[in-house]
Amino acid sequence: MFRASFYLRTLPKSFPLTRRFFEYAGGVTLLLIDSVRYILALRFRPSEVVRQASFLIVSSLPIILLTSGFTGFVIALETAASAQQYGLVNIIGGSVAYGVVRELGPLLTAIVVAGRAGAAITAQLASMVVTEQIEAYQSMGTSPTRVLVVPRLLACIIGLPMLTVFADMISVWGGYYMAWLRIHLAPSTYWVSVQQFIDFTDFEKGLLKAAVFGIIISIIACYEGLRTEGGAEGVGRVTTQAVVTSIILIFAFNFALSFVLFR
Amino acid sequence: MIEHAGAREMPDAVTPSESVAVSLQHIDLSFGPKIVLSDLSLDFKRGQVTSVIGLSGAGKSTILRLIDGLRMPNAGYIFVNGENIVGLQERELNEIRRKMGFAFQAAALFDSLTVAQNVSFPLYEHTTLTRKEIDQRVTDTLDALGLGDVADRLPAELSGGMQKRVGFARAIVNDPEIVLFDEPTTGLDPIMTNVITDSIKAIQSRLHATSIVVMHDMPSVYAISDNIAMLFEGTIIEVASAKEFRRSQNPIVQQFLEGSEVGPIPL
Repeated sequence: MFRASFYLRTLPKSFPLTRRFFEYAGGVTLLLIDSVRYILALRFRPSEVVRQASFLIVSSLPIILLTSGFTGFVIALETAASAQQYGLVNIIGGSVAYGVVRELGPLLTAIVVAGRAGAAITAQLASMVVTEQIEAYQSMGTSPTRVLVVPRLLACIIGLPMLTVFADMISVWGGYYMAWLRIHLAPSTYWVSVQQFIDFTDFEKGLLKAAVFGIIISIIACYEGLRTEGGAEGVGRVTTQAVVTSIILIFAFNFALSFVLFR
Repeated sequence: MIEHAGAREMPDAVTPSESVAVSLQHIDLSFGPKIVLSDLSLDFKRGQVTSVIGLSGAGKSTILRLIDGLRMPNAGYIFVNGENIVGLQERELNEIRRKMGFAFQAAALFDSLTVAQNVSFPLYEHTTLTRKEIDQRVTDTLDALGLGDVADRLPAELSGGMQKRVGFARAIVNDPEIVLFDEPTTGLDPIMTNVITDSIKAIQSRLHATSIVVMHDMPSVYAISDNIAMLFEGTIIEVASAKEFRRSQNPIVQQFLEGSEVGPIPL
């Protein structure tokens, strides 16, 4: 399925790390291209996409509500007292919303999903490799990319922005609650500040980031799962590897996207 | 596994005759520095059952994966129904695979699907049959293998022997021309081994397919096979009809059949 190694035979063997990097990047890219081909040809089962999206949202939502709520609390907690001291209470709502909608909402949502649903995807596919289920698909002339990767990719592209909407709302509401609790900030002051600091474009760009993170999480999770070797130990190894790689890439792409989108 | 050998000149492929369904010619395969198969050649006759026997880890299951295109050799030719599949693209391989059925060693059933859904999967994927026709075909196939009452169960709710038979049902539901059985009796008790052996015989009399069986349970091998081939140190050392195979003068074959510790096979 992954023929990246074929193109890498020309690389000198004396650079094992370089080889491994290009092999990994090539494999991931080929898997993504293969998946996009099936999506454009509409060769996937919508019911499976819905099933995967439901799993993603249901399994991650409680954790996202908790983490984003506390994120809103802590930003307001840190800014409220200082803002009051300098007479800048009218920026509390804005600073919470600005940080959350543009950066922390999509970022924290992606990290939670990578740890929860991404790990589950890798472990599931890795177990299927170990129990020969992936070879069973191939032996029936069915592409595992089409039946396994594409639904998970689409579920993450749809699910991540939806979860980010919840994360944004809960964080901003959490910030308001903490500002009210800490310095009895008037609701109108908080919400007017939110409106002044961010507009709908910021929100849209945040959701675009979330969709990109969805692609990263699903493709890395599937790629790691499908290249499992070595039985139960291998399942554990690739699951950890998928989460670590996803989180690193999420941070890197977050920087790149912020640089491009919010210039 | 055998030690690495030097490179050799690759002979030209010989297009197999019509009576040969699968032909392996001069196959080399290595995993890293270890050579698993070396200059292996073997023909599988159309409509017959050929069993490949050999020591554990000799590369028997690898032969099935090569025939199904799940693994490609380092060198050599694999003819399936007259077409060399080495180097084919995944899409072309899929066309060939649809005429084959593969019963995996551990059944490889999709654990989130019921028995009926597992068996119907290839029909939904690759045929234009209606839902009613598919249901009928699945029922017939499950009944033929004595699995009519487990259609709605999940694989995890079945015994190992039942799972293997469901794997058989999924492999043959498409009426394939070639059926590959990977260690069908491994890990089963003697009674279930007999049930599995009878199932393979029933499948063969129903489909008249070319069946390739990998196993080392000799009573079952004799019961089902028209031909037997023995794999040793990466190559085929003996091929004969089931009757002739028992009388082989090859000391390696004799030691294997007797299960003796003394002989040319290194322990």
